[in-house]
Formats: sequence, C-alpha cells, structure tokens
Amino acid sequence: MTEEIIIAGFGGQGVLSMGKILAYSGIMQDQEVSWFPAYGPEMRGGTANVTVIVSDDRISSPTLTAYDTAVILNQQSMDKFESTVKPGGVLIYDPNGISKHPTRKDINIYTIEGAKLAAEMGNTKIFNMVVLGGYLKVKPIVKLENVIKGLKKSLHERYHKLIPLNEDAITMGMKHVVLK
Amino acid sequence: MSEIAIQDIIKPENLVYEKTKLMTDKTLSYCPGCGHGTTHRLIMEVIEELGQENETIGVAPVGCSVLAYEFMNVDMQEAAHGRAPAVATAIKRLWPKKVVFTYQGDGDLAAIGTAETIHACNRGEQIVIVFINNGIYGMTGGQMAPTTLPGMKTATSPYGRDIATMGNPLKITELVAQLPGTYYVTRHSVHTAAAARKAKRAIKKAFQNQLDGKPGLSFVEVVSNCNSGWKMEPVQSNIWMEENMFPYYELGDIKVDGKLLSK
Amino acid sequence: MGELRLMKGNEALAEAAVRAGSDGYFGYPITPQSEVIEYLMAEKPFERTGMVVLQAESEVAAINMLYGGGGTGKKVMTSSSSPGISLMQEGLSYMAGAEIPCIVANIVRGGPGLGDIQPAQSDYFQSVKGGGHGDYRLPVLAPASVQEMSDFVPISYDLAFKYRTPVLIVSDGLIGQMMEKVELFDQMPRITDKEINEKYPWATNGKPKGKERRILTSLDLDPHKLEKHNFHLQDKYKQIEANEVRYELIDCDDAEYIIVAYGSSSRISQKAIQLARAEGIKVGILRLITLWPFPKKPIDELVIKGIKGFLAVEMSAGQMVEDVKLTVRERTKVEHFGRYGGVIHSPEEVLEALKTKIIGG
Repeated sequence: MTEEIIIAGFGGQGVLSMGKILAYSGIMQDQEVSWFPAYGPEMRGGTANVTVIVSDDRISSPTLTAYDTAVILNQQSMDKFESTVKPGGVLIYDPNGISKHPTRKDINIYTIEGAKLAAEMGNTKIFNMVVLGGYLKVKPIVKLENVIKGLKKSLHERYHKLIPLNEDAITMGMKHVVLK
Repeated sequence: MSEIAIQDIIKPENLVYEKTKLMTDKTLSYCPGCGHGTTHRLIMEVIEELGQENETIGVAPVGCSVLAYEFMNVDMQEAAHGRAPAVATAIKRLWPKKVVFTYQGDGDLAAIGTAETIHACNRGEQIVIVFINNGIYGMTGGQMAPTTLPGMKTATSPYGRDIATMGNPLKITELVAQLPGTYYVTRHSVHTAAAARKAKRAIKKAFQNQLDGKPGLSFVEVVSNCNSGWKMEPVQSNIWMEENMFPYYELGDIKVDGKLLSK
Repeated sequence: MGELRLMKGNEALAEAAVRAGSDGYFGYPITPQSEVIEYLMAEKPFERTGMVVLQAESEVAAINMLYGGGGTGKKVMTSSSSPGISLMQEGLSYMAGAEIPCIVANIVRGGPGLGDIQPAQSDYFQSVKGGGHGDYRLPVLAPASVQEMSDFVPISYDLAFKYRTPVLIVSDGLIGQMMEKVELFDQMPRITDKEINEKYPWATNGKPKGKERRILTSLDLDPHKLEKHNFHLQDKYKQIEANEVRYELIDCDDAEYIIVAYGSSSRISQKAIQLARAEGIKVGILRLITLWPFPKKPIDELVIKGIKGFLAVEMSAGQMVEDVKLTVRERTKVEHFGRYGGVIHSPEEVLEALKTKIIGG
C-alpha cells in the first residue's frame, strides 16, 4: 500500500500538523512515511501545503506532481491542486470559502464542513482534526488507535489533556464527510 | 692577571638575567628595535610566573607576528587573518579550565577581524587579547592600518592619511571598553624598561583575571613602534611614537574590574 | 532497535550531533537549515551531555571556532547553507592545511549569490573540488534520507579523525525540511580529556609536561617544506580515495541504462525508474553516497558490463556530470538532466529526459 497525499490551505489552519499526525500514525503501524512542506516565501504569502506519503515500502520521491488524494482547504489550493489528483483519486475539500467548486468527473470528490463543525464544537483549533476524520473515513489507511498514538507522540505532554477533544473531532469528521 | 675566558663568566653565580624557557631559542624574525619581541617575552614570562606553561593555548595572528608560535614555547594555533578571537572562543568554551590568549596586530584585530574582536569582547569570553598597535602593516610592506595616524605616510597613503577620503584612525580599544563583556582594558608600551615593567604588570593582571574566572575579557593594547614601516632608526621611531602615537593613543588603564575609569 | 521518531532532516542532524558525542556546535542561522541550531538550543545538550552550543556572529566566526575547537582534539561541527558555506571556505582551507578534523553540513539552496532558499545541488563543484584556495580535498557525504542525516554524523566524525580533515555532509533544503521516520542511534559518550591526550598527540590543549609543545598551522614560508607538506596531504587523499568510496546500486542488475544521482535527486530518480520499469525500460540508479571520493570503480564496471548510457540527474546546471564523463571517457553516452535555481525535477521529467536524451537520443 502506498498513499500519496497533498494537504493544502492557509497557514494557521493546521495543514502541516495534520500531515504530521498522519505521518506519525503511519509510524505507529510500522509503515514508512515522509512529510515534505512547501517552505519559505511560499508560506509567507499565507498558503501552506504539505506532501505526505504513507507506504508499506521504502519511499522514493518525497515530492510529487500527482497524488492519490488532495485535501484542499482554500480557493488558491483548489486552483493549484485539483488538476494534480490522479484519475480515480480522491479530492476532499471544505466548501467554506470556496467560490469555484471542483468540476472533474474522473475523480471522487467529497466535502467536509470542517470550519462549521469545529465552530459548532466550540473550538476552531480542532478544524484540522475534523478534516482528518473526514479523510480517514474515505481512506482508512491508518487505524484510529494509531492516530491517537500519533497524536500523543506529536503533541507536547502538556497538551495531552486535549487528546479526547481531538478524538471527538476526528469522529465528527468521519460522520459528516459527504460524497458529492 | 690571567686572561678571563668566556667559560669563567658563564657561571650560575654570575647570572643576572635569564631568558624564560617559554621563549624558544629561535632567533626572532622581528626587525631590531621592534616591540614584538619584548611583548612576546613579557607574555611568556607571565605564563611561566603563573605556572601555566602546561595549561596555556595561544592563538597567533596574521601579520608580522604570524610566526609568534615559533617563539612562544606553549601549545599554539595559527589562525586565519583576523579570526583569532573566534578560534580562542571555542578553545576556551571547550576547555574552560585552560588559559587561552590571542596575540594580534592592528590589521588583524582592528580591520579584517573587527567583527570577531567586537563579538568575543561583547560575549565576555574569558580570554586574554594582546593587541599590538604600530599604526602600520609591517608584514606586507608598510601599508596603511586602521590605526594609522592622520597625515601619516604609508605605502597606501603615500601623501599622508587623508581623513576625508581614508577615514579616521580607529580607537578600537576605547570601543571595546564600552562593551559590558570586557572586564579589563588597558593600553601600554614596551619601548623603555620602565614601560615594559608596567606592561608586564598589566599582562599579568589580564591573565590573573582569567585564572580567577573574572567575568569578561581582558584586553591589553601595546602601542609599539615599527621602525622599518615608519622608515626611521629604532631610537628615532621611539621618539616619534612618544610624540605622535601616545597623544592619540593615550597610555593607561581604560577599564578595570569591569568599571570604566573616568578621565 | 533504537528510538523511532518522525523528524525533519535538520532536526535529525542536530539530534545525531548530540548522540554522536559532539563536544561543540558553533553555527549561524540561515534558511533552510536554521532548525539545526534552534533544535540544539531548545534541546539543551549542555545539560544532557555537556556539549557546548554557541551562536556565532557569522559563518566566518563559526568555522574558525571549529578550527580552534577541532584543533584541541574535540568533536566539533557546524551547519549552514550555500551562502554561509561560501563564507566558510577560508576556514576550511586553513583546516585542510593544518589538518584539523570537524564536520560541516551544507543544506544546499539555490544560487549563485543570495539565490533562493529552495533545494538545490549546485554546490557540487565547491564541495568536491576543494572549495577554498590551495590543493586539497574534503570527504563529502550526501545523505538521501532523514535517516542518513542522522547516521552520517558518526560516520563523518570517524572519517574526520581518522584522516585529520574536515568532512562535509552535503544535503539540501528538501532533505533538511522534510520529515521521515528515523531510528536514532544510542547516545555515544563524549571523549575524555585523557583519551584526547592518548589518541591525538597533535591536539593543542596545553603542552604536556616534559614534552614538546604542539603547533597547528597551515603556514610554511619555505616552499620546499610546504611542497613536502602538500605531498603528505596528497598521499592522504589517495588513501581516502582507495578506502572510503561509498555508493548504492539500485535495480542495476538487469539495467541497460543508469541514472547517476545523489541526495534528493536520487530519491526523485527512484520514482522515475519505477515509472520507467512500468513501461518496460530497464534502468537502474547509481547513487553516490560519497561525492568525493567519487565512485569511479562502479561506473567503470557498469561501462564494461555494456551499459548503453548514463543520465546524470542533479539539481544543478551540470556539475556532477563532469565527473561521470571523466570516468566514462566517451566509452558510452553520458548526458545531463538538471533543474536548478531551487526547482526540483519531477519524476516524470526525469523519465522524459531518459527517453529523449539517452534512449532515443
């Protein structure tokens, strides 16, 4: 199994940390992982993206031009990455703030109301976990228990008390991801 | 009266002065009359007197004293031009109980190595810097130094240092004294026996500060002559130094025990 | 099994520095490698192992701190990126001359000049042909994964002290900034003062009682003596060339074509050969692990085996390809494919270059 993912959105949406948790979850189940962010001036403009690969085998290129899955969280990223999903692949996006919705017919498109659900849960910071939940429902490449282990590894101990909230957010995302 | 042979004179009971064994027997490469040799000797005498022969690491510069390690009989490293304070910083950080010093000329310390000098001083590295200021580049053949006096003729200021186009002589010693990282900053000369004795006391105080773990860097400037570069006889060059260098580079302590002295 | 972590290449390098028993790290921040000193300052190795970490005033000062520290027999390292490494060339030349061990990691970015901060491999010439002034070479290791960013630190120290030379770890922004799974090696002890005195009689840490003082210098005004010193250095480089070549052959057994690459380019090329093999093209990779000494022998053997062509894939306008050509000596085709200035090749582009420049060309 090899899953090649791009996660893209605004800085501050938790794009990089979502990728990091996913990568850590892969390590928890003995898989190979890579996480490569766009860095530097690209980020200063307010956009952030990260390529995450989770695989049973040695990972070749950590940078790619085509992905199995794109998780898209703003319009600029939609413009840039809709075309990069492999035919038959998956595009998951939060419709909040999206004016030009994806139009491709050869891929599976899902929506997840991440921003809305996180606001309803009373904590906008768990937005990325809601989205992660939506992704994991569509692509269950890592087990939830390994995600929790991954969270523990990637969060400082003083934030471990927030793990149940993050777990709730993931569950919420799993429930509310919708095939378009 | 029988003839006196030299063997009759060379006897322990006739000994009035002995070269410190921390100076090697190699003939100094300095011009006769130059202050480098005297300053070398003073530093080595101080290290011997403080019993630090086996605990000292010296860092030599680039310039006339590039070969200081040939004469100073302690462990030595030869640094790139101007970088001695950085080299010494790491040695001291990694061997905090050892005694570490740099020996640098004006081009090395106050031109190409200004950044390393300022930052080692500002960090308060517990090292000793001995700075020889003769207002000229001796090694390379008498070019202008950052400390060359206004109007002074050198190979690269053949009509005299023109302040308007060549800038002012840099009083780097006064400059580093302003930094909170320096603990002891002083200026001396070695052109007379009395002056050399005073300079030695200052050098000793600088090394003692380091041995005592005093917070900060000890910086000793020695204003020296360069009779070749200045194109003078040695004696004449010392008179010129007294008349021209000392008024600009005033001798004496500038900062003692971390406190600036008011003039 | 050692501790598993998800780390950036830069962080793995920093953690490995602590675990390899470094005595000191002296550095100056520059993108894309500032995480190294940031990690060390946060990690406080001065409390963990007694390792000194100091932010220098410049790369010039940092490399000269290595001169001082390495000259006393301590394990010292720094890291920087291309413009900073250019500033360090003076110090590296002096250290080569005075035979002072240290590690310098270069997380290469696009150039020339200030360039940009994206990954590049355009410092190959500077790394393998000397870099500073004078006749010298430095061993150069090129990690291709976060794991190797960690593993190559103790290997580099071994080389540095075995041959009394600075060793370069040449990586780039891609490997520095990406995170991968890394298995950390266990903490190694720092060398004791006694061990330094026993193993490194050249180390200037205070003249031993009853013995001659030590001098570390790169100066000898007598040309005949300096020539003799240079003979000694060249002998040393010959030994390194004979003993320290490292490389990896990937899918070369049945290969008709070979991609020569290192670091990030070799990772991208691995994807490219997967794509190629899916189309029935038999291509393998010769991955350089040491850029110097250059793996001449395996290339020679591949030529003799009848390889139809070599494609040098590098994030530069054509630097490593010169060494490939010097080794192949026109016995078969050698072409270059490069993206540069901070642009990374895509695997598809590499495949396309293989088809047009080597197979169909």
